[in-house]
Amino acid sequence: MSRPRYTIAVTGLNAIDSPGPGVAVIRGLREAKAFDVRIVGLAYESLEPGVYMPGIADRTYLIPYPSAGTEALMERLEAIHREEKLDVIIPNFDAELYSFMKLEQNLAGMGVHMFLPTFTQFEERHKVNLPDFGKKYGINVPAGVAITDPAELFKHQKELDFPMMVKGKWYDAYIAYNMEQARNYYNKITAKWGLPVILQQFVHGTEYNVTGLGDGDGNTIAAVAMRKQYITDKGKAWAGISIDDRQLLDLTRHFVSSTRWRGGFELEMMKSNDGRYFLMEINPRIPAWVYLAVGVGQNIPEALTLLAMGEKPAPFGHYDVGKLFIRYSWDMIVDRNDFENFSVTGSL
Amino acid sequence: MKIKQQIAISDTGFLFNPSTGESFTVNPVGAEILAMLRDGKTEDQILETITGTYTVEKKTAEKDLHEFAGMLKMFQIIDKE
Repeated sequence: MSRPRYTIAVTGLNAIDSPGPGVAVIRGLREAKAFDVRIVGLAYESLEPGVYMPGIADRTYLIPYPSAGTEALMERLEAIHREEKLDVIIPNFDAELYSFMKLEQNLAGMGVHMFLPTFTQFEERHKVNLPDFGKKYGINVPAGVAITDPAELFKHQKELDFPMMVKGKWYDAYIAYNMEQARNYYNKITAKWGLPVILQQFVHGTEYNVTGLGDGDGNTIAAVAMRKQYITDKGKAWAGISIDDRQLLDLTRHFVSSTRWRGGFELEMMKSNDGRYFLMEINPRIPAWVYLAVGVGQNIPEALTLLAMGEKPAPFGHYDVGKLFIRYSWDMIVDRNDFENFSVTGSL
Repeated sequence: MKIKQQIAISDTGFLFNPSTGESFTVNPVGAEILAMLRDGKTEDQILETITGTYTVEKKTAEKDLHEFAGMLKMFQIIDKE
């Protein structure tokens, strides 16, 4: 039986030390059983490694940063669509998701499909709103507050106590052990990511992550739990192992069914020393370590594409436990002409 | 002492707990003790085997076994009694 061939555009090709999920997503798509693919990379910078990696993107286009506005993005996507006839786009960055969500209807009108969280889901899971989210859905979350003035650090130090987490709205998180450090991190984060800054209770314990996929009707299509085995100084997993923890997977299913989550996600959990799970963060997209999920039997990028195309993939039943992913980096040798072409013409 | 059912133990003394993702290595004597625990041997039977196989005083073996059991409990390898 012949398989359909989909042209899928993927962002997040920055396979650096804090990698975007794009390359891992593409590897999953290339291993899909239900369809063949032509992969169109969408990059923000001409030095994103995924642009040049052999066997990853068939063609890559530069797209404007989210700060340029949705109109500029739409214009660029229309131009790319004219060339490529896109079937699906899989955006992989938190910071770009809002723009793509705003364009979802317009793109659908052009025959370009996505499978993204709803605006409500996107907003209420936000770090800033996490305490309310925990209350609403009966999930343990650490105490936290969003602040816009460094003076508020003093106001909240008693309830949160040191050490406390100081986090940026989009990225970056630091552990502050005293007020001086907290103030320093506040300034560092505001300079890079703006306001607000989130202060969060520090939970002592072990970090676990789950990546999964919700179909928007409350069903969990995929869920794979991982323990970070090796963490970089940016807190990213450089190695991890698939685990089978019923409590963690039940909690994930509860998250999907109660929020009726639509799309890929990553739950960042902390298991406290007394065995309780705290939900630290919900990332509303596929994580960079998704290839572990593919490798243990749950091809999340493939299932997400099927959902985007209006199909109803069956939920994955199980996955292999005790499989590790170990990330590595290597140096590619790239011809200057390729770099020049991409930088000047915006496509390669 | 009862080893949790889900714990995977290889002959080389490598342990993997699939629910926490933790892994450990034990030396050959540790592996021997774990194998006996898995076979349902009691602490007394294990002590008897150890003192019969190795040149070690019963008191020392008892102390070491107790310490080893404490670690197994701490790392959630055996069920809490």
